[in-house]
Order: sequence, then C-alpha cells, then structure tokens
Amino acid sequence: MLLIRCPYCGDRAEIEFANGGEAHIARPADPMTQTDEEWAQYLYMRDNPKGLIAERWRHAHGCNRFFNALRDTRTDRFVTTYEMGQPRPEIDAAAAAEAAR
Amino acid sequence: MSDTMQLARSGFTLATAADRRRFVLQARPGTLDAAARALGLAEAPAMLATASGGAVTALRLGPQEILLLLDPAGAGDSLAALRTGLDAVAHSLVEVSDRQVGLDLSGALVEPALASLTSIDVALPAFPVGMATRTLLGKADGVLWRTGPEQFRLEIWRSFAPYISGLLDEAARDAAF
Repeated sequence: MLLIRCPYCGDRAEIEFANGGEAHIARPADPMTQTDEEWAQYLYMRDNPKGLIAERWRHAHGCNRFFNALRDTRTDRFVTTYEMGQPRPEIDAAAAAEAAR
Repeated sequence: MSDTMQLARSGFTLATAADRRRFVLQARPGTLDAAARALGLAEAPAMLATASGGAVTALRLGPQEILLLLDPAGAGDSLAALRTGLDAVAHSLVEVSDRQVGLDLSGALVEPALASLTSIDVALPAFPVGMATRTLLGKADGVLWRTGPEQFRLEIWRSFAPYISGLLDEAARDAAF
C-alpha cells in the first residue's frame, strides 16, 4: 500500500487521493497578450521529468484539499508534501538519492 | 429503504442512528471558530476531532470544513444562533440532512469488520474515541466517527447504505471465525 502524507490528515492510502498534474504553473495574468505559442506552452507543455517532480494532489476521499507533493517518477517515492501556495522546497542530495533508490 | 436498516450478529450490531439534521459548513478557520462559539462550543474542534455540546455535534473533516449534526428538537435555535454569529461573514452552509444516513455500529467485532472496508488503522491507539474522518469504505465515500471503544458512527450517503451495510455484514461474518 502506497502511503501519501496529506499535510492536514497525515498518512493515508493512495486510493484516497487524486492527482492534479504538475504544480507551480502560473496562469498568465493577461491571456490576451499571449501569442498562440505562449498560450499553448502554458496549456499543454509539461516537464515530464525522469526524477523529482512537483505535483498537485487532492485528498479527494478525505479532507478534499489540494496540496503539493515532491515525487520521484522512477520509484513513486514521495519526498515531501506541502501546502498550496508555498514555494517548491529545496531537497538535499541525500533525500533525492533516497527517493531514487 | 435504508431508514430502518438493522443487522445483528454475535459481536456486531448495526442500527440506523437517531435522526439528525445535518449541515456542511465551509469557511476559513477563524470563521469556523466563530461559528463554533455561536453554537455554544468553546472553539472549532481540531482537525479530525469532534466537539459536542447541547443539541450540536461538530465533526472537523477538513481545515475548512465542519459537518454539523443537530438534534431536531434544538436545531431551530442552533441555526438561528449560527446565522446571527456568521452574519456578513463569508461562509457556505448547506443542509445535507436527506443526503446522508447515520449508522450506529457496536460490538467487539466492529474493528475487524471496518478494517476490511477501509485502509485506515481503526485500532484504538491510532483511531481514538472522538476521532472522525472521511474515507473510503469499500468503494463508497463515508464519514467514520468513533463514539466509544467499541462503537462507531458512519455518516454515509443514503444510496450507499445497502452497499456498505452489506459489506459490513459479510465482514462481520468473516471476523467471527
């Protein structure tokens, strides 16, 4: 059972959560000034890294809140979770290596 | 349909809970505290905790969400106090009385029966009396609230009640072996 730590409810099973895609993607303040390429970049282009990714998750069958999580896409290990609105936390090399293990 | 639901096995009984009016209150944490004071509670319960006083029981299901269970006898007064206390403050108060049904579970086999439906650790040290949370019961959403060492209250959607009580019945039969 994969556990995800909800910042509000604590460790819960993955089945209670819904993935919300990549985090920290800011909507352009004035879409009308955007070129088609810039708008497409905002709408569709994602990093899809092999390694650590910052994602939005929602505790859909719990407190129903969105939060952000750092996950390693190779191993599915979660390094940390943090509340919406906070910047992406810096991860030291040891934690990143542990996530990739 | 589910309003007269009843199950009894050795070590496991399920009965429809006493009628309650139910409200979902969503607001900022400070507003939730103000609402709790208006209802006669000291403050909004902590995350995943419950608070009771008079005709009111408050279940803190999320940082911004409280499920209110009101005794029908005193519900009118409580609601009037709540409306006065939250006047001109941004909040959302929705009545869900008929959406949900309460089920009272009791007996020594309640823990193992529930454990087969949910991924949450329902043992007493991990899930103490007074704790309440929304979770998945089988494949259906439901609120789990421990009211005693061997008593739980489920607040589930009415149409899920036959499904969840059926699963619990089978789980209790398995747990008896």
